[in-house]
Order: sequence, then C-alpha cells, then structure tokens
Amino acid sequence: MSRARQFTPEEPWQAPEGEPIVRIENVTKRFGTFYAVDDISLSIHPGEFFSLLGSSGCGKTTLLRMLAGFETPTSGRIFIDGQDVTEVPPYERPVNMMFQSYALFPHMNVADNIAFGLKQDGMPRAKRNARVAEMLSLVQIEALAKRKPHQLSGGQRQRVALARALAKHPKILLLDEPLGALDKKLREQTQFELVNIQERLGITFVVVTHDQEEAMTMSSRIALMHEGRIEQVDPPRRLYEFPSTRYAAGFIGSVNLFDGYVIEQDDDQVLVQCDEADLQLQVRHSQPLVPGMAVTVALRPEKVRVLEQHDTDAPNQLRGIIKEIAYLGDVSIYHVELASGKRVQFTQSNIQALAEQPLTWDEEVLLGWSANSCGVLTE
Amino acid sequence: MSFKPALPSARHLIIAVPWFWLALFFLLPFLFVLKISLSEPTLAQPPYLDLIREIEDGFVTIVVNFSNYQLLLADSLYLSALLGSLKVAGISTLLCLLIGYPMAYAIARSPSHWRLPLLMLIILPFWTSFLIRIYAWIGILKTNGLLNNLLMGMGLVDSPLAIMHTPIAVYIGVVYNYLPFVVLPLYATLIRLDLTLLEAAADLGCRPWKQFLLITLPLSMPGVLAGAMLVFIPVMGEFVIPDLLGGPDTLMLGKLMWTEFFSNKDWPLASSLAALLLVALILPFVLLRHFERRAEEAAT
Repeated sequence: MSRARQFTPEEPWQAPEGEPIVRIENVTKRFGTFYAVDDISLSIHPGEFFSLLGSSGCGKTTLLRMLAGFETPTSGRIFIDGQDVTEVPPYERPVNMMFQSYALFPHMNVADNIAFGLKQDGMPRAKRNARVAEMLSLVQIEALAKRKPHQLSGGQRQRVALARALAKHPKILLLDEPLGALDKKLREQTQFELVNIQERLGITFVVVTHDQEEAMTMSSRIALMHEGRIEQVDPPRRLYEFPSTRYAAGFIGSVNLFDGYVIEQDDDQVLVQCDEADLQLQVRHSQPLVPGMAVTVALRPEKVRVLEQHDTDAPNQLRGIIKEIAYLGDVSIYHVELASGKRVQFTQSNIQALAEQPLTWDEEVLLGWSANSCGVLTE
Repeated sequence: MSFKPALPSARHLIIAVPWFWLALFFLLPFLFVLKISLSEPTLAQPPYLDLIREIEDGFVTIVVNFSNYQLLLADSLYLSALLGSLKVAGISTLLCLLIGYPMAYAIARSPSHWRLPLLMLIILPFWTSFLIRIYAWIGILKTNGLLNNLLMGMGLVDSPLAIMHTPIAVYIGVVYNYLPFVVLPLYATLIRLDLTLLEAAADLGCRPWKQFLLITLPLSMPGVLAGAMLVFIPVMGEFVIPDLLGGPDTLMLGKLMWTEFFSNKDWPLASSLAALLLVALILPFVLLRHFERRAEEAAT
C-alpha cells in the first residue's frame, strides 16, 4: 500500500506556468436522468501517469470515453493540448486508447493490428514496418508478429493492445483497466513495466482503474471519483496520508474513523471530543477549524503502537481488549474493543507477532499514537 | 492431455445418427440417380434398363452406358442451360446480398426491442405457401397486373411494361423468395460483432465508412458465405420460379431436367443432368475449403 511511486521529476501540476495537456472544464454527462459524470473539472499535465480511481459506476470510464471521443459531454468542454476537442470525433483526436477487452482485430495478425493506425495515417510502408518492429520490441513480443489474436495468451494480447495504442505516438494514451484481465502475479509485474514504458516514451498516460493498489503503484497523481464527482486529486502518498474526505479515507486502505467535535484549537493542533468512544483525541491539522465544529478523526491502523505503560504526557492513549486477529502473513490485523464498545483496528508487522509474548485474544492492550499520525476530516 | 471418454461408443453413436441420416436420405437416393444416369432409356415402366441384367443360366452382365453424359457434353443446349442457371444463380445471389446486407445490418443495429419484430417480418412470408406467393407475383407483374395498373394510373408509363415472362420477372421472384436466407445468417454474424472493435478502429484514425470496409465486412464474411450458399445452391436447380415467371427463353437446368424427366420420359438423361449439377455445385466448395486449409497452414 505504501509502495507509492517516487515522482522524481518536478511535479508538473505544481508549476504555475505549466500548460496542462488535458483540461476538463465543468464536464457533465447525463444518461437519461442518471448523472454518470457530474460537473467535473480537472487538469492533467504532460508526462503524467494519471489515474482515475473509483468503484464501478463512479463515472471514471465515462470520463475516459469522453476523452477518447466515444461519448460527447452533455455540458462542459474538453481541451487537449490547448485545442477544444469536445465535438471532435475519435478518429481525429491526438489520443489513443487501450481497451479493457483489448479489442484486437481478430482477422488480422499481431503486426497488422499494430500497423492499423499507421495505415490510416497513410504512413509509407518502410517507415510503418520500422515502427511496428520498434513497438514489438518495446513490449517484447517480436516472435509473435505473425500470430493471430486467438493464438495468444491473455498477457500477450495485453501487450499487443498496448503496442497498437502506442504505435501512433499519441499525445495521450488512455488505458481502460489495462491490467484488469490479468492474473495477480502477471498484474504486479506488468504494473512496473507500464511505468517504465511511460517514462521511456514520455507520453501522458490516463488510466482508469478500480484497483487502489494498482493506482498507488503506478500513478503520479490519482483522481478519486465517487458518484460522478471527484473526491480528491493528489499524488498517491498525499491521498493516503492526508485524505480530504471520509470517502477518500475509507476507499484507500483501511482507516479508523472517530466522529466528534472540536473543543480546543491552537495553531497546528486541535483537541477533538469523541463521544461515541468517550475519548479526547489530539490531532495535527492545517485547516481552519473552530471549537464546536463537527469533525471526524481518521487514523490508519498501521500508525497505532502498542504501549508498554501509560505515559501521562503523551496524548491519544486508550485501553481495549483484542477481540479479533486476522493473520495476513506479512502483517496481522487486530480488532480492539474499547470500554465504550467502539472498535479500533490496528496492524502489526509479524516480526513482532513472533516475539516471546505475542498478542492474543481477550488480552488487554494499551494503544497510542502521535498527534501527527492522524488527520481531521470535515467532509 | 489425452482424455479418453468413459463410453466412446456412446459418442460414436451420437455422431452416427446424422451420418446415418445423410446416408439413408441423401447418399442412397443419389446412388439411385447415379445408377439411372448410367443406364439406357427404354419405352417401359420404369423407362430405363437395369444395369445388372441376367442373360441366361444365372450369368449376369453389367452394362454401363455413358452415352447420356456424352450427349450432355455434345449438345450445346445443356451447356447453355448450365450457363443460364449459373448466371441466374450468380446474379440473384449478388442481388440478395446487396439488398439483404443493409437489411440485416439495420436489424442488428436497431434497438434490442425492435429486433425480434423485425426478424419476424423477414420470416413472415414463409407462413404462406411458396406456390401461392409466386402466383401472387404473376398477379402483380402481368400486363394488366397490379404494378402496370399502378404505374399507368400514376401516369408514369403510357403502355404496360413487359415484365412477366422475362428474365427480370425470374430475378424478382428468386430474389423475393430467397432474401430471408441471406438476411438471417447475416444478422446472426452481425449481431455477434464486438462493437468495441469499431471503436478501436475509430480510435486509431479510421472513419466510419472505412471501419465498415476494414472491420465489419471482413468479420461478417462467414455470414455472407453462408447466405450466398443458401441462395446459390437451390437457385441453380430452381424450377418453379423460372417456369411460372420466366419465358420460353429462360433456359435453366431445373427446367430442362423437368422436361427430360416428365415430357421426354428420358430418366437416364435427366439423372445424368442431376449428377452433373451436383458435381458443378460441390467442386467449387471442395476447392474453396482446400485453399482455406492451405492458407491457414501457411499462417501457423
């Protein structure tokens, strides 16, 4: 989960003079009475590996299809590289798409599939053949050039689809669940390969995925979508560490949420009274908060420490009884019941679990975390 | 990977059923026809001499007579009948495809609740007897028929058009009757076409008309071939439509066979015509399959 990609080049979305390659302005897409995409504005910058993340039906695929030109927005405008493409048909857009089903042409062999787009552009044969060879070697399937799609494995088909979509050197590559049809092992391997290819070619990637781990691993930024709207747009690390809404906190990884209200507030810390757990929590924050305001404290399970003894100076300490343990191999998840009946989750690496006195069911534990380890959500 | 079914005999039995059916109702009758085609005509009942004849004292002689086939090749009438059938079958097949493809395409692309009613409309004519429908065409096409009365009533023509008893009437009847056999297999292939393939083509820079030529048409070829065969083969031997709608100059194998069989009572000659027609129909398909296999082998 925390394998968030280090985005080494300067963050292009931070640069004020940087011109975005994709600008989505107040785009809405309505099917009948259903708002698939509801007033979304978004900018994607050159060279980004941008993910649209969300559960099924959140509108991410509709948004991608509007970028490709297969759907026309009900309202709003879409700009690609400064040009208004809202009404431009797909065959005239400088973008290419890799389809979830791959959509390889079954009556053409691999080389002809890859050459298809180049032929449409009228590229001369010699140049076309060279480009096809270059693409085949890029995705390492040189030996399969003469095969038909039905003679390929799922992983090989995925590579052909990628090569075909990249062959025209589009300004933007749109990928709809690019790894969705692969098995877990192949998926993890291919994630890194996709990132490598993207960095090598410098093409902007816009990926639709429902798999948060996939999005976290590959993306420079993630737009988390929910019910046709964008919940949060941030790099993976920020999205995980500083979710801005309850939905975002709950969608990425697991989280403990404490509903309460502000009772004390100073420059960078706030004291939250949480009635349901009968607790006062000290939280670091950077938002304007006033006493009395209803807030939710979000705490990631891996930030919780098991304490030896109570420390009167430290905040955020609570006692509870271990009710459930889930052993996941690398870590274990513990569910702790507080005196109030509220349950808190925490995880521990299993280096500690194999210690002389492993935590066990019905054991009373003292848990604690620093004010920096949790966050305040107002939405 | 070898997997032996527990009861291989059961599987063979299932496969044997259609084989047996074909042998009993296709191969056996055809062998009879072949036998008659090799015999001599005679004035008797039946009007041919058996191949196997007992001469005397249990001696048996087999007399094979190729003169019917020689006659077929020698008399240009039969060759021109074959060419006439090929022409009518070929042009009708083409017309059926040209009219049937847009129909099948439109049905396959129509909203799903429209498809079944539209298909029912295609099949609807079959609920009336074939003969009655062809007779209805006589009523429409004849000199003072519906069509001519309508055209003259609207002032579009001064004198009635001579359509009845011309090749045009034959084409109208054949295309009308065989159109559903093209529409149905084409619909079946077009409805299965993955529409994301067209999106993929559009995404790669392909305009709608070229999407059709490069993706839809090649992928619907199995339906085109099936429909073409379903029209071409029966039209090659078609007798009723040219007989009722065509004129004396409409020379086709089916009509000729009928004449030889019933008017001239020359069963052997009619049978050799039937045998020749079968060879003429099967040979192209055997060759086609042969080349298809060769092409597939070359690809892998």
